Amino acid sequence: MKTTNFNVIKSLIFGLFFILSASPVLAISADSETKSEGEEEEFNVTDMIMHHVKDAHDFHILDWNGHAVSFPLPVILWTDNGLVTFMSSEFHHDDSGSVVVEKGGQKFVKYHEEIYYASDTPNSDGSFVNLDAEAHPVNAQPLDFSITKLVFSMFLSILLLLLIFGLSARKYDASGVPRGIAKFTEPLVLFIRDDVAIPNIGEKHYKRFMPFLLTLFFFIWINNIMGLIPFFPFSANLSGNIAFTFVLALITFVITTLVGNKDYWKHIFWMPGVPVPMKIFLAPIEFLGIFIKPISLMIRLFANITAGHIIVLSLISLIFIAKSVWVSPASVFFSVFISLIEVLVVAIQAYIFTMLSALYIGAAMEEHEHEHEH
Amino acid sequence: MDLVTPDFGLIFWTFISFAILFFVLKKFAWKPIVGTVNDREQSIRAALASAEAAKREMENLTADNERILKEARVEREAMMKEAREIKAKMIADAKDEAKIQADKMIENAQAAIENEKKSAIAELKNQVASLSVEIAEKVVRQELSDKDRQLKLVENMLDDATLN
Repeated sequence: MKTTNFNVIKSLIFGLFFILSASPVLAISADSETKSEGEEEEFNVTDMIMHHVKDAHDFHILDWNGHAVSFPLPVILWTDNGLVTFMSSEFHHDDSGSVVVEKGGQKFVKYHEEIYYASDTPNSDGSFVNLDAEAHPVNAQPLDFSITKLVFSMFLSILLLLLIFGLSARKYDASGVPRGIAKFTEPLVLFIRDDVAIPNIGEKHYKRFMPFLLTLFFFIWINNIMGLIPFFPFSANLSGNIAFTFVLALITFVITTLVGNKDYWKHIFWMPGVPVPMKIFLAPIEFLGIFIKPISLMIRLFANITAGHIIVLSLISLIFIAKSVWVSPASVFFSVFISLIEVLVVAIQAYIFTMLSALYIGAAMEEHEHEHEH
Repeated sequence: MDLVTPDFGLIFWTFISFAILFFVLKKFAWKPIVGTVNDREQSIRAALASAEAAKREMENLTADNERILKEARVEREAMMKEAREIKAKMIADAKDEAKIQADKMIENAQAAIENEKKSAIAELKNQVASLSVEIAEKVVRQELSDKDRQLKLVENMLDDATLN
């Protein structure tokens, strides 16, 4: 029975994968209008790198004969007139606001991977976006719930995680001996339990937070790793996006605040064991600390992963900056070297995020027995 | 810079995704995996404890055996010693008894010999007395008839007497 279920899952995944891999072909055919002016453009390193580390509405796979081959993703907008959805291929790879998509009586343009309501008349450069003095668009924006490249990547990571750990959980025999993939995942799970949860939260409470810490660690780690793989459907810089790290840090913050006991709040607002002026002096600092801790989590992960992506891309860009093929050996050597370091860094960053989350939760639940002594 | 401005759509999807991932993994992966591992660790701990207990039991048993063996040895030695003592005592007793018996027998024999001797002497005395009386009678008779013959008779009788 179990094997049939498993085969169904397998065929589902394969089917999904074939659909996914077939879609770019459709995207090319839909994108038959050529845009050849890109070929003479000066190579802009900053633009290229920023394009790679940021989110996008379609998943760019490669350029072929001057055509961008990309995987179209659904655009989901919450507009003044309700929900509007269409595929990102309708913008025809335009990112300058000159291709207008009309849906439900409203006109939309995409400008620098943001979707705006289109202006009524085009500017002199054919763009339907009005810019202010600092080149920021002044057009109104609908709420954008699109399945962007990063969201797509996140769904893929969830699929992988469910596959890996759903399978691992089934690979234990009656006497609890792991087989197959469970042999590989079990040490990782035990690592989180024995080296992250128990030392930081303590034997008494750690079990409650194990599911959260495990999910957090593997979610961050797999997305970090997927970001390092330089081809479709990976390479998205999800864990290096501030929105992603913001949500995870926010969850840690909410948990910490909810589980915090009397001692925790007392140590923040009325530090025991110090003179009264010191108590008053420490209270605002400790209060800010509540927020600084999760913010540091958020920035640490974002900065480390984004920095890794930028370094690798910069090293590759050296070839184009120097306009010489002879730079490529050095450039490839260094980017391989940095990539190897990144393999280490992504695991360490996932570990640090999880470890610090456990530490903050543990600190919020800590019981200070020694307080009664003095 | 929009690199550090969180995008609302991504926040929304990340939150939804994390929540779904958390609940699904919690139910279908973390609970079974962590539960199995904990159960297994507990069973290993129990098995080790029972092995330890069995070992201690075995040690106790061995110690008991040794103690019993030692006691048996001591007892055997005591029994052997006692037996030896009894044997020696029996021999000594038998020797004493035999000596006493022998002494008694010798004494009895000596008494019997003495008695026999006494009775023999008494009989001899009686015979000598009767013989003497007989001789005296005969002598008296001879003397009464003839003097020579009397003499002769005395002489003969004396010869006879010496022959006796």
